[in-house]
Amino acid sequence: MKHLVILGAGTGGTMMANHLQHELNKDEWRISIIDERTEHHYQPGYLFLPFDIYEPSDIIKSIQEFIPKGIHFINEKIDKIVPTSNTILLANKEAIDYDILIIATGAKIAPEEIEGMKGELWHKSVFDFYTFEGALHLRNKLRTWEGGKMLIHITEMPIKCPVAPLEFAFLADSFFKNKHMRDKVEITYVTPLSGAFTKPKATEALEHLLTEKNINIVSDFAIESVDNDTKAIRDYGGREIPFDLLVTVPTNKGDAVIERSGLGDELNFVPTHKATLQSKDHKNIFVIGDASNIPASKAGSVAHFEAEILTENIVRFIKDEPLQEEFDGHANCFIETGNGKALLIDFNYSHEPVEGTFPFPGVGPLRLLKESRMNHMGKMAFRWIYWNMLLKGTHIPFVSTTMSESGKHF
Amino acid sequence: MEKTIAGKTITVNEEGYLTNFSQWDRSVAEELAKEAELTLTPRHWDVIAYLQDEHKKDSPLSIRKVGKSGVVDIKEFYALFPNAPLKTATKIAGIPKPASCI
Ligand SMILES: Cc1cc2nc3c(=O)[nH]c(=O)nc-3n(C[C@H](O)[C@H](O)[C@H](O)COP(=O)(O)OP(=O)(O)OC[C@H]3O[C@@H](n4cnc5c(N)ncnc54)[C@H](O)[C@@H]3O)c2cc1C
Repeated sequence: MKHLVILGAGTGGTMMANHLQHELNKDEWRISIIDERTEHHYQPGYLFLPFDIYEPSDIIKSIQEFIPKGIHFINEKIDKIVPTSNTILLANKEAIDYDILIIATGAKIAPEEIEGMKGELWHKSVFDFYTFEGALHLRNKLRTWEGGKMLIHITEMPIKCPVAPLEFAFLADSFFKNKHMRDKVEITYVTPLSGAFTKPKATEALEHLLTEKNINIVSDFAIESVDNDTKAIRDYGGREIPFDLLVTVPTNKGDAVIERSGLGDELNFVPTHKATLQSKDHKNIFVIGDASNIPASKAGSVAHFEAEILTENIVRFIKDEPLQEEFDGHANCFIETGNGKALLIDFNYSHEPVEGTFPFPGVGPLRLLKESRMNHMGKMAFRWIYWNMLLKGTHIPFVSTTMSESGKHF
Repeated sequence: MEKTIAGKTITVNEEGYLTNFSQWDRSVAEELAKEAELTLTPRHWDVIAYLQDEHKKDSPLSIRKVGKSGVVDIKEFYALFPNAPLKTATKIAGIPKPASCI
């Protein structure tokens, strides 16, 4: 029997388990999936937890609930990948051989990269919302915070869901308005980019919203340190911004197992062919989701589009057929803008987000790059879609794997 | 867009980045540096050479990467090319503005 092993049972790994369960011949292939955790977290929900919009129970389910029968789930920490012998070493010293490996170990925050970030104010006045613990501590803080200078800050790119910090800023604006204390809070968005987003048309729309909501923006800010005594962040150019409450997105890195295995770049992301999702160094290793270094957004929706193409490519690889160079970097993200509204953006490697309608050209019902209540309902429905369709590998009706250009105003 | 600089005609995009590296030479770099109010020292040239090398290898550039290159640390990189060092340095080096990952 041959063995296909999936590392990580988060968004991408779970989708692949569900797809491959149908595609591989059960007489020839065994499939295993390894994860050190027992809980599957709906990470997009971390954005809503601090504002008491979601409860922890909306975000957490058991990993095993989403692993199909017939696939072996191993609940253990992965210590090392040894590609020269096609072996995985587990923390309990067990060794597992593979014929094909799928890396889906994701990305996580590394606040220790910046001096003082994980200092004495960590989870007291300096918070992240990219972990469950961070989002929960922040929720408790916001419940009683009386106002002051709030910074929403990105350390460096790339980060998971690059629009999440902007959404956080918009939601914070509405949260304080609803609590009748917006006048007591000065909100500043601090980014290492030259503007609110990386793509020109979306940046224009988003900066307009920031101004409308009275949120200041400081750009090109490359943080050097967090000063816990004076409560300020400092950049390499010497600029200093004081804060009472710092909500930061720390550096995002691939898991340390990638570094221990010598498989990553300077941020532990695995060099991956951007159109086939095959690892650049090892033909029988494939990478899905946040763990790869491809220049696409690190988002669940991207992992969903990748999963459909990767499944086909694994079937082709087994049959010794050439891989399809099909992945176009397609991403589709709702951007919560507060007050029960949201924007929607749809883009890929070569096309930036533009205005238009989605998914039906000229009809919608969703509007691209424009605030609407319908988009907000889409964002809220995403959680249901995630648990009930995305993880199970169900194709989302009307939404194609590669990006459609019709109905868009390029 | 065409632009005459150091007695040569070069093509640049709307942000002022060269679109054809073969039009780049040291005198073009010096003029571009002047536009950014910089005078190039040997340390600047070390960084420029490193950036061009990486670009040739098709490897994506970031401030972190430059900081870990062994050529300069981030502090010095900022001292050499103040404010937005990667953007300024790549412009002077005649290579495209690094696409920040999305
Ligand atoms: C605040 C926030 C908001 C977001 N909002 C959105 C959104 O609105 N829309 C969207 O599409 N995406 C969003 N995302 C991004 C989305 O959640 C991720 O892109 C997606 O979960 C990536 O899936 P993955 O499989 O690559 O990694 P993950 O889902 O993170 O899974 C990785 C798994 O690998 C396991 N693992 C890692 N290392 C080891 C090891 N050494 N041993 C054993 N197990 C290991 C982990 O335990 C984990 O279960 C958001 C993310 C955050 C943080």
